[in-house]
Amino acid sequence: MGKYLIRRFLQLLVVSFVISVLVFMLVHLLPGDPTTQILGANDTAANRAILLKQLGLNLPLWHQYTIWLSAAFHGNLGTSYLNHESVTHILATGAPVTIELIIISQVLAFAVAIPLALVVSRKPNRALDNVSTTTTFGLLALPPFVVAPILVAVFAVGLGWFPATGYTPFNQAPITNIHEMILPSVAITAGSIAVYFRLLRSDLITTLQQDFITMARSKGLSNRRIMWRHAFRPSSFSLLAAAGINIGSLIAGTFVVELLFALPGIGYALVEAVNQRDYLVVQGISLVVAIAFVVIQFIVDFVFTIVDPRVVRE
Amino acid sequence: MKARRSGGRTLEFKDAGTQVGPLLVVDDVHTSFRTARGTVRAVDGVSFDVHEGKTLGIVGESGSGKTVLARSIMGLLPPRDVIRSGTVRFAGHELTAMDDKDLRQVWGAELSMIFQDPMTALNPVKRIGVQIAESLILHLGMDKKEAGSTAVELLRSVGIPSPEDRVKWYPFQLSGGMRQRVMIAIALACAPRLVLADEPTTGLDVTVQAQILDLLAELQRERHMAVILVTHDLGVVASRADDIIVMYAGRVVERAPTHTLFHDTKMPYTRALMDSIPRLADPSGVRLNAIAGRPPDLINPPDGCRFAPRCPYAQDKCRESEPPLRTVGSADHLFACWFPLVDGESTVPPVPVSLSAPVAPGPQSSGASDA
Repeated sequence: MGKYLIRRFLQLLVVSFVISVLVFMLVHLLPGDPTTQILGANDTAANRAILLKQLGLNLPLWHQYTIWLSAAFHGNLGTSYLNHESVTHILATGAPVTIELIIISQVLAFAVAIPLALVVSRKPNRALDNVSTTTTFGLLALPPFVVAPILVAVFAVGLGWFPATGYTPFNQAPITNIHEMILPSVAITAGSIAVYFRLLRSDLITTLQQDFITMARSKGLSNRRIMWRHAFRPSSFSLLAAAGINIGSLIAGTFVVELLFALPGIGYALVEAVNQRDYLVVQGISLVVAIAFVVIQFIVDFVFTIVDPRVVRE
Repeated sequence: MKARRSGGRTLEFKDAGTQVGPLLVVDDVHTSFRTARGTVRAVDGVSFDVHEGKTLGIVGESGSGKTVLARSIMGLLPPRDVIRSGTVRFAGHELTAMDDKDLRQVWGAELSMIFQDPMTALNPVKRIGVQIAESLILHLGMDKKEAGSTAVELLRSVGIPSPEDRVKWYPFQLSGGMRQRVMIAIALACAPRLVLADEPTTGLDVTVQAQILDLLAELQRERHMAVILVTHDLGVVASRADDIIVMYAGRVVERAPTHTLFHDTKMPYTRALMDSIPRLADPSGVRLNAIAGRPPDLINPPDGCRFAPRCPYAQDKCRESEPPLRTVGSADHLFACWFPLVDGESTVPPVPVSLSAPVAPGPQSSGASDA
C-alpha cells in the first residue's frame, strides 16, 4: 500500500508542477497586460516601462516563474491591484464558503443517491426504479442556474422557508449559516444526485447478478446486509471515481450558484478577477483550485485502496 | 453446537437421531423460466430423496437442468419470471412453503451450498475470515472474536496452511483450489445437515479436483452430513456417491444405487455418458465417444422420449410416447426407457441415425431440437 501511495504522490508532485507552469503561462498568454488598466489615464510609454520594471514583467519568463513560485511557497501569491487585498486573504475568506457549499451538497447527494440506488437496484425496471431513473435523467439536464431560480421562487419567495440570498460566516452564527447555505447547496446537488444515482444503480444491478451475491444469500444473510455489506462496496468504484472528478470541478464550478445567492466564495472571486483582469488574483486562485483538484484525486486514490484491496496488490 | 441461535425466530429442527425417514424429500419439482422466446422448462417433474449422511450424485450434460434443480431445492431462484411447483421437504419442513425470512434460518445453518466457480463466488473485497465468520455470528450467535478463531479452525480443517495469517487474506490472493477450500469452509461453518455442491470442481485442474472431492468426503464422514454432488462428470460421482440420478432435458432418466447404475445400466443415455469418460488405457489418438447432437430445446421439448433424437436405438415408439420412470426387478433402480439395455446391450438393433455419426455441434446444425 505504501508503495502505491508513494507512486501516486510522486505523480501528484509532477502534475502540480505542470499545473503551476500552465497557470503561470496562462496569464501571460492573454492579450494585453495589467499595466494598461493600472495606469489608466497615465498610460505613456515611459510610465509603462517604469511600471513593467517595478512589477518585474521585463524579466525573462522563467525568471518571473521562479520568483512567483518561491513566493507562492511562502504563502505569498501577490496582491490584488484593485483593492490591495492579498490573494492569500481572498482565498482564506472565499474558501470556507465554497468548501461548505461542496460539503453540504455532496453529503446531500450521497444521502439521496446511495439509499435510492440500493433500493431500486434490487428490483430494476419496476415503478420506483423507472420514476427515479427518469427523474434523475431530467435532473442531469438541469444546470444549477436553472435549478437555483426555481428553488428561490418556490422555497424563498413562495414558501419563505429559506432566505433568497445572504451569507453569515459559520463561526458567527452556525444555524443561520446552515439555513442560508441549504438552497445554494441543493441547487448544486441536483446534478450530483443524478450522476451518483445512475452510476451506482447500474453497477449494483451488475453486482447483484454475481455468484458471490447468491453465495451470500445461501448463507442466510438478510437482504439489508447483502446490499450494504456485500453489494455496495464492490459496486462503488465508478461512483468513487466520478465523485472525485465532480467534487474537483465543483471547486471552481460553484461560481454560478455563488453569484446567484450572493455568496462570497472563491468561484465568485475568480470570475470577478477574470472580468477585472486582476491577474494576480486569477493566477493565485487558479493555482490553488487546480492543486486542490489534484489533491482530491489523490484522496480518491487513497480511498480506493480501502474500498478495493485489489488496487494495491495487483 | 446447534443450541445457540441468534434472533427471536427459531425453527425447530428434529435431532438427527430422531429423524424418521429421509432428510430431504423432493417431490415432483418443476421449475420454468419465462423468457422472450417462451417458457423454458428447466426442471420438469423431478422426485427423489436423500437420507441422513448419504451422498447423492446428480449427473447430466450442461443444460440438463441440474444446476436449476440444485437451486430449486435451496429455494435460491431469481425472484422474477420463475414458475415453480412441487414440494421440497427438508428435515420435516416444507421449504417450498417457506418465505425468504424463514428460509434464511435454514440457509447456511442446516442446508448450505458450494458453488461452481470459486473465482466468482467469493466476495472480492472482503477478507476470507470475515466471509466465514459472518455465518457463525448470524446462525450460531458467536461474538466477533469467537467467530474469528473458529474461522481459523475451519480454514485449518479444510487444509489451508498457516490459517492464522490467511484469514486476513482476500480471495484474489488465493489460488483456485484454495478458494474452493475456503468456500467449503464457509458452507460447512455451521455444521449443516445437507450440503449441495454444484459442480464444485469444474473450475479446477484435475489434480486439485481429486483433492477437493476427497476433502469433501472426509469432512462429510466426520460430520455425518448428507451431500448432493451435482456434476457433468460420471467419473466424479462413480466412487463417491451412494446413489446417482441421471438427468436429461429437465427430467430424471435413470436413478439407482451407484454400483447398480454402473453394472446394470438401463438407459442408453447413461451408457453414452459412461462411454464419454476418457480412459487412460485408451491408446492416444482414439476419438472420445462424445454424444452426438445437443440436448433438446427446453421451450419445445420433442414428443416422446427426449433423448430419442440422439439415441442410436430409438424406435418409432420412442418418438411417439414418452417412457415413464419405472422399475424392472429391483425397486430402487428406476429408468425412463422403452427399450432398456440388458447387460449393457440393447435388445433392439442400432438404427443408423444421422446423428450417431459425429456431428459438429452448433445451434442450427444438430437437428436435435427440431426433431
